[in-house]
Order: sequence, then structure tokens, then C-alpha cells
Amino acid sequence: MSDIAERAKKALGKKATYGPDVDLEKYDVEAKPHEEIQRLEEVPEDVRKAALNVGVSLEKEVGGAYIQMDQTPVVARSSTEGIEVLDIATALKKYDGLKDYWWKLVPVDQDKYTADVALHPPAGYFLRAKSGAKTIFPLKSCLYLGQTNLNQRVHNIIIAEEGSELHVITGCTTPSHVQKGLHIGVSEFFIKKGAHVSFTMIHSWGREVDVRPRTGIYMEEGATLSNNYICLTPAKTLQTYPKAILDGPGAVASFNTVLYAKEGHLDTGSEIVLRAPRCSADSITRAVSVGGEIITRGKMVGEVPDVKAHLECVGLILSEKGRIDSIPELDGRCGGLDMSHEAAVGKISELELEYLMARGLTKDQATGVIVRGFLDVEIKGLPESLRDELRKITQLQELHGGS
Amino acid sequence: MEVFGLLEIEDLHVSIGGRMVLKGINLKIDRGENHALFGPNGCGKTTLLNTIAGVPRYVVESGRILFKGKDITHLPMDERARMGIGIAFQSPPAIRGLKLKDLIKLCNPEAKPEKVLMEMNFLEFADREVNRGFSGGEIKRSEMAQLLAQRPELVMLDEPDSGVDLENIKLIGRAINKLTEKDTKPSKRTRSGIIITHFGHILDYISVDKAHVMMEGTIVCTGSPREILEQIKTRGYEGCVRCLCPT
Ligand SMILES: Nc1ncnc2c1ncn2[C@@H]1O[C@H](COP(=O)(O)OP(=O)(O)OP(=O)(O)O)[C@@H](O)[C@H]1O
Ligand SMILES: [Mg+2]
Repeated sequence: MSDIAERAKKALGKKATYGPDVDLEKYDVEAKPHEEIQRLEEVPEDVRKAALNVGVSLEKEVGGAYIQMDQTPVVARSSTEGIEVLDIATALKKYDGLKDYWWKLVPVDQDKYTADVALHPPAGYFLRAKSGAKTIFPLKSCLYLGQTNLNQRVHNIIIAEEGSELHVITGCTTPSHVQKGLHIGVSEFFIKKGAHVSFTMIHSWGREVDVRPRTGIYMEEGATLSNNYICLTPAKTLQTYPKAILDGPGAVASFNTVLYAKEGHLDTGSEIVLRAPRCSADSITRAVSVGGEIITRGKMVGEVPDVKAHLECVGLILSEKGRIDSIPELDGRCGGLDMSHEAAVGKISELELEYLMARGLTKDQATGVIVRGFLDVEIKGLPESLRDELRKITQLQELHGGS
Repeated sequence: MEVFGLLEIEDLHVSIGGRMVLKGINLKIDRGENHALFGPNGCGKTTLLNTIAGVPRYVVESGRILFKGKDITHLPMDERARMGIGIAFQSPPAIRGLKLKDLIKLCNPEAKPEKVLMEMNFLEFADREVNRGFSGGEIKRSEMAQLLAQRPELVMLDEPDSGVDLENIKLIGRAINKLTEKDTKPSKRTRSGIIITHFGHILDYISVDKAHVMMEGTIVCTGSPREILEQIKTRGYEGCVRCLCPT
């Protein structure tokens, strides 16, 4: 048995550090297979619609696409020179098991979820920008959980070779009729010297879906990352805590998170380790609860002098029920660094409400305008087309205040 | 001819945070009239305007406010706005993520944001978030642009000239005249205004029909704007009251 499998086996019973424990036995492991799709136009209507809801429009120009239905990759192709889009099984064969990448950032024995993914046939995407290659149009991917009560396991590898530029938008979603399911997604990012990556993940789940992404990110000298996570519809429980290591001088990471919880439990956060001089990182979270429970963790670790890190979490609770628990952590391990955080949890400012009402808006309209503005974080490092799509997503959702 | 003034205030008492700030205000503004309101810091000028606008923090303890003959004393502020009351705040809040041009659209869906912003020489602020990082004078121009879109029948301006430079004060003056229809024939005017100012400078550019002096929560003197301003300048507020309105 391989070393990976052996370590995974031992971790099968290991509960995760954060998030409610999910009983994996409750979910089905047998996924019905789907046919491969030759042309994007042939993507089934319900998948297309669900994808659109998470900002993945397949109509417009795409630099490449990956679509996975349940456990089957149905589309995996690139239309951009120097950009590779493969399903992960094919990539493992082509690149001799992806030895330098496979389970190198996310420990296979981190918890029962990583172990579960490791012990089953892999599905997921392999994205690679060759040295100096640039995506003009973003790569779009959609992970679609269409089979009720399925345990969907995903393992993605993203590699930006030296000096490349990669823009990815990934939507993870269930169609409206699928309420129940489990999604475990392992993603490992390698951003090499001077490469620039923007990665935008939009989640839209059913009310009874458990979600456990597991993400590791490694950045070399001068690499930049804009990592955006948006979740505006409720899941039963969602827990994610990506870890990024800025290992080369001058690497810059920026994390933006936008959460809106009507119900359910969202436990999100990130740990960013600044390991080389002149690295900088910021993490900005905007959270709105209208009854749901949101925990936002943020941790910055400064290991060397001359690094900069900033954490920010602002939360609005708009209903009587609802909870936002903001847990910022700064771990400075030497002198000469600069780390800060800012957190505020509260209600909508009366002054702002009154201001808009003085212009004739009803209280509900004013609340909607303020919440929408609040969630419209200015995200650095995104191409204009992506920014527009993102804005549309936050507009799409009915963001009504009040209880 | 209407029997009511556009705005009528009867023996208004208002408290904030449990403290009585307005102590018996009586005021009538007819259609087509523009009034100025003078008074020392803290006498209650902003309180009066915000109470008319319906800001909930300002609690009416007694008295009433009539607008177009209707008792609006306990009406929510958005309804008052839709009835035709508009206000430029002394220090409005910033609103994250809301562009000025979008707010102007919200003030009046038919308005053309570019047009009103151009009138205030403020076009380059169209895509800026409302009041975020605006300077004192810029905030005033932003407020005026919003009112130009909203086109209220009663325009209330809380120190529209404070912090505004000499060139922009002309622009603001022109906008005020437009809002109060001083650019049309007196018989055609239906809109009115009330404007708080500490410096008479703005009065060089706008036409004002009447002025009031407020002290410690009451209106102590009413008369010609020029005359009152002159007295305040030479004798101070107390002196002005003693001279023009001796008791
Ligand atoms: N929230 C509050 N709680 C208690 N007192 C308040 C509150 N807001 C205002 N006041 C007081 O009410 C009084 C009137 O305030 P107001 O803002 O109306 O004055 P103003 O005449 O507009 O003064 P200025 O010329 O400085 O703008 C002041 O003494 C002020 O301190
Ligand atoms: Mg005032």
C-alpha cells in the first residue's frame, strides 16, 4: 500500500479541528456516471443554470472550462495557449502521479475528510499555466452536486509556473431540488516565482449540504494571489480554513471573503504564514447574518522581520437571531514586523438608514442598499470581466434585511 | 390661494436624549418663500430641521408640524421625503459601496446623475462612494446634487456654505435659487426653503425673504435678513435681539 493510503487509513476516524463532526457513513459513495460532453453548448440546462447562479456563465468567452457532475468530469478543456486544463485522473497519468504536488500542501491525514478523499478514486481538475503564459479570459469551472445524498469528493491541483498569470472562477453548487449531500474538496495551489493568480470561489448549496473544503497554498518569490470566497446561500454546515505559506521574498496574498447567512452554520477563515522578507498579506471578511451562524477565523503568522499583515472582519447581524463570532489571531514571532487587525460586529448604522430614508427610501429599501454596498468589497487583482460577474452575483441574491 | 403655509410649526417642543432642546417654536413658511435661520452654536437649529425631516432621535414632546396642511408630526421620515420634504444634512454619514451616482438615482429614478453633478461641478465624483473621504466642501456639493435630483417642495439646508470655497459658494447659491425657484416669476413659485448659515456670505448669492434668530431653543427675533445679519455682525446675537426685538 502506498504511503499516502496508509496515512489516510490511520486518519479515517480523526475529527477535524473546527466545525461540527459529519458522519460520513450517512452519505452514498456510489455516484451515477455521466457522459462526457463534447461541446459547451451541450451542457445540460439545469447544470448551465446552476452554474450561472454561481457566476459561471458558459455563454461568454472562456479561456477554458472544467465541469464535474457528481464524480464525473464531463468537460475539461482549454482554449488558451499555454494553459492546461485536465481532469485530475488524466493529469496523474500524464505527469507520473504529480509527485511534487499530490498531497504536498494539504496533509492527507489532516482529518477524516482528507483521508476519505485520498482513499477513493480522484476526481477534480488540474489547472496549469505554463511559464510566462497568461489567461486572457478566466478559466471557469463548475463542481455540480446533482445526486441527492452523495458524498462528492474532489481533489484539485493548480499550478502557476514562473511568470504566468492565471485567473480562475469556480462555482460549487447543487441544483435547487438537491437539498442533501456532502462536498469534500481538496485544493492545492502552487504559485511559482513571479506568477499571479486570482482565484474566485463561489458556493451555493442546498440547505442540508455539509461542505468541507481543504485548501493549501504555496507561494514563491514575488508571487501574488487574490483569493476570493463568496457564499451567499445557506448550507447545513460549512467549514473551511485554507492555509497559505508565503515562502519567497515579496510574495503578496490578499484574501477576500463575503458571507451571507440566512440559516445554517458557516465556519470560515484562513491561516497565512509569512515566511520571507517583504511578504505581505491581507484578509478582509464581510459577513452578514440574518439568522445563520457565522464564525470567521483569521490567523496571520509572521516568522521573519519586514513583513506586513492585516486582518479585517466586519459583521452585520440584521435579525434578532443570528450570530457572528469573529476570531482574529496575530502571531508575530520576531521583531521588525507589522501586523494588525480590525474587527467589528454590529447592526446597520441608524445614521446611514436615516440618511437614505431622508431621500425617500423605505426602511427595507435603505437596508438593502446598505447591505449590498457593505458586501461589495473592493477586490484587488481581479480582471474587469471577473469583477463585473462578481458584482452581478451579489446583486442576484435577494438581500433583504429585517427579520 | 391656499389657506395653509407650505410649512407651519405650532408651539414645538423637542427633546434629544432626555434633554429639552426646542422650547416652543412657532414658524410659518409660505410657498415661494425662502427663510434664513441664524443662531449661536448649540441653540437648536439642526434640531429644528432634523425634527421637520422626521429623524427619530428627535422626540416631539408637544406641539405639531403641518406640511401642506397635513399633520406630519408623527409620520416616518421616508413618507415625509416622499411628500416633498428634502434636507441637506450638516454632517451626513458615508455609505460604503454606494456610488454617488447610484444614490442620485435612488433620490429620483428619473433624474440624470450626470446632469445634476455637472451643475455642482462634481462630475468626477460620480463613481465615488457617497461621502467617503469627501472634504467638508465636497460633502456640501454632494448634498446639493442629491437635492437637485430629489427636487423637494420644501428644501432645508443645514449650513450649505460651511467649508465651501469662494468659487463653489456661487455654484451652491445658484443651486439654492433654482431649488427655491428664485429663477422663476414670484407668482409661479410653489417651492420654499429654509437655510441655516453662520456667515452671511451665501446671502450675496441667494435671495432670502425672511430671517429668524434662534436662541436656546426658541425663535427670538424675525425680520429682514440683511438687517438681522448686520446687527449680529456688529452687536452679537444678544445685542441683535435686544436691538431689533426688545421685549
Ligand atoms: N444626541 C444628543 N444627546 C444630547 N444632546 C444633544 C444630542 N444631539 C444634540 N444635542 C444637543 O442639543 C443642542 C442643540 O443642538 P443642534 O445640533 O440643534 O445645535 P445647532 O444650533 O445646530 O448648533 P451648530 O451651530 O453648532 O450646528 C446642543 O446643545 C447639542 O449638544
Ligand atoms: Mg447645526
